[in-house]
Formats: sequence, C-alpha cells, structure tokens
Amino acid sequence: MIKLNAPLILEDVKKLKIGDQISLSGVIYTARDSAHQKLVDLLKAGEELPFDPDGSVIFYVGPSPAQPGQVIGAAGPTTSYRMDPFVIDLMKVGMKGMIGKGPRSEEVKAGLREYTGVYFGATGGAAALLAKSITAAEVIAFPELGPEAVRRLVVKDMPLIVVNDCYGGDLYEKGVQDFRK
Amino acid sequence: MRNVDVQEITKIVKKLCIEACTVANDSLVESFQRSQAKEESAVGKAVFQQLLENVEIARNECTPICQDTGFTVVFMEIGQEVAFKGGLLKDAVNAGVAAGYTEGYLRKSIVKDPITNPVNTQDNTPAILHTDIVAGDKVKITVMPKGGGSENMSRIKMMKPADGVQGIRNFVVETVKNAGGNPCPPIFVGVGVGGTFDYVAYMAKKALLRPIGKRNPDPKIAEYEREWLDEVNNLGIGPAGLGGRVTAIDLFIEVFPRHIATYPVAVNIQCHANRVKSFIL
Repeated sequence: MIKLNAPLILEDVKKLKIGDQISLSGVIYTARDSAHQKLVDLLKAGEELPFDPDGSVIFYVGPSPAQPGQVIGAAGPTTSYRMDPFVIDLMKVGMKGMIGKGPRSEEVKAGLREYTGVYFGATGGAAALLAKSITAAEVIAFPELGPEAVRRLVVKDMPLIVVNDCYGGDLYEKGVQDFRK
Repeated sequence: MRNVDVQEITKIVKKLCIEACTVANDSLVESFQRSQAKEESAVGKAVFQQLLENVEIARNECTPICQDTGFTVVFMEIGQEVAFKGGLLKDAVNAGVAAGYTEGYLRKSIVKDPITNPVNTQDNTPAILHTDIVAGDKVKITVMPKGGGSENMSRIKMMKPADGVQGIRNFVVETVKNAGGNPCPPIFVGVGVGGTFDYVAYMAKKALLRPIGKRNPDPKIAEYEREWLDEVNNLGIGPAGLGGRVTAIDLFIEVFPRHIATYPVAVNIQCHANRVKSFIL
C-alpha cells in the first residue's frame, strides 16, 4: 500500500506503476458528465476554473444525498469513458490524476504519458465504503447540477489502484490477459 | 373482487425503494462469499472483500450500496380479481418512488425530456412500470433500481434464424467482453430470446429477477445457462474488470416463441449490486 497525497506532485506520479495499491489523502474534486462540459467551456472562454488545476485529482462521482450527520452520501466512481473527450484539455492546465472505473481511450492513455498523469481505479459500486474515506465535502461550482455539481472533497486513506500509469501501462488489459482462457 | 387502496401500493413501493438500495439480499452476500473463495486473482479477492464490507456498511447505516440508485423499474403481478380504488395505479407507484427517493436520501438520476429539456425531475420519477395480469386476488410488487453504468452495456440484436444457438451465444459473450470493466463486474447477465423487438428486451430484464443459482425449468436452456456462464467467466475480466476468474456471478435465459422470420436476442447487464426487493400484498 502506497500512501499518496493530493494534489499530486510530478515526482509522485512518476513513481506510480499499474497495480500499485494506493491510500490517497488530501484534497480532490468531483466532476462528471455535465460538469466536465462546463469546465472545458470555461477553459475555452479563457476563464478560470473553480479550483486550482495544478496537480489536481478529479473523482468521477455523483454522490447520493447526505443524511443528517453525514459528510456525504454514497460516493462510488461512475464509468470513466464518458469523460474521455475532456481529459486532454484539463491535463493541459495541470490536472494530474483521475479516479473512476472502466477503461480509458487511447487518447487519454497517450495524454497520461505526454502530461505525466495517472488514472486510479476505485471499486465500482463500493460506494458506502468509499464514502467512509471522505472527511469533508463542499459544493464549489455548478450547484444547479445537483449530484453532478463540482465538490471539493477532503479524503483520508481512500483505497485506490493504479490502472493507467504515465508509462503507458494498462491494468485492465494486463489483468484480463492474465486470466483469459 | 378484492378492493385494494392504491395508497397501500404507494407505501409498499416507497419501502421497497429504500430497502432495495440500502439492504443487500442475503443471497447476494452469500454469492460474494462463494465467489471470493473461488477467485484466483489476489486483486479480485480484495475487491470482493470491499464489496462485502460495503454491503455491511450500507445495511448498518441505511446508506445506498451504490450512489447510482438507478432508474426505478417496478414489476407488478396483479391478480385479476383485484380492483384498485382511490386513484390511478401508475400515479400511486410514482408517488411511492418519489417518497422513497426523497425520504430515503437516494440519488435522483432522471432527467425530464431526454432530448430537449434534460433537467432533473427531482424525485426520480417516472418509474418504468411493467404490469402482468395473473390469476388470483394478490398483488406482487417488485422494485429493481437499475443503474446507468450497467444499462449502458446492454444490447439487443435481431438475428437471423440461420445464426442459431451459436450466434446467440457469441452475441452474449461478445456483449460481456465489450462491456469489460464498465458495468461494475462481477455482473449478472439477463438474456432474452424470442418474441418481438420490444418483448425480448423485457424478458432480458425480467430474467434478472430470478433468484441467484435458480436455473431455467427447461433442462436444455438450463444447460446453456451453465455453459454460457463458463464462457463469460473464461473472458478473464474479473472483479472490477481488473482480471480474474469471476466476471459474472450468474446468467439467466428467458425464452418465448418467435416468428419464423426472426431470432431476437437481448442481453441486459446488471452490476454486482443486483438490487431487487419484492412484497406480496
């Protein structure tokens, strides 16, 4: 288990290899389909993002509502490929990490090499468990999107696995090859 | 005739929505335990451990098992001796969904007009309601919250009769292969064969209601269920798609007579959460 802090720094990203089990702590941001469109629209209009993109980690999640006394509701990853078209634009301004589930496009994998980034897998559907690692949550942009709003999360020991590293490795491809009959 | 006040339906649907999203069925938890023992991948075993811990936390804290609490699919088997009073059945079902999703802190994931006005309906309505008229004076209500990630990986194909059983098998295996890690494996696979374009998809969804491990009563179809489950698991996709022995926990086939010119097949993929709750009134 590798302890890692977010936002990420270049040296940390370079150390990560596919299959590494990660315990992530620090500050990350949430965004999914509609929020990604809005973030990229802001960049194209030459405006600032609602968070500092430098070294940022984006978690693809639309949490369920928090019950009274809860920081956040259930918060597991959504399927990542839908966000593929927006990744390069965000990496160009400094985004270093993404948390989701499911394989990425060749374009995204090439982007991880070019801009030195990492894609972490979180276990899809383990949403009650993952919510336990979130110690604070605050909507910072697009509240009208409800579950799709951009949130700033403080996480402690979030269990992740490196699926795509900055060297072109792909754990989905390798893992399946190892077990295909 | 037996009169049933639709307010009863609303109360039951509300309760089933909350229970389905937060309390995993014992049969599901047991299937995770069996699969964990069978899994050869260390990462896969660890994923099962997370899933087991996850359902435990969800049950204890009344938190959703998964944040995607789905499109609410409601199946009703209505005895033909039942008369509903006090309002429209469909309205009563939707009122139950709205109450369940609001009071149960479940995520609302439905947008109003798919093309022109995709704004959230704020209460997860409307539900998809399937009704079947059966003998007797009972009403069986089943709620299946269906997540978007696994639904997106489902497919339908109008095959040629000449494609035969091999063609169907290939389509099923290819659908699971293409889905890879996206639909939150270990998955459940619902297959419909026969009927019409619309009916075959309904059968594929309904197949997912069958209890885990229960085979089709037709021994030949039951044999296909076993064989195709093995084929799917030989793909090596594994828990969370990270490689492993257990890609699917079960595979169910439902069949219906077909037109001489057609050979419809539908594959509905269900994530590991496999949320289904029923009540008989």
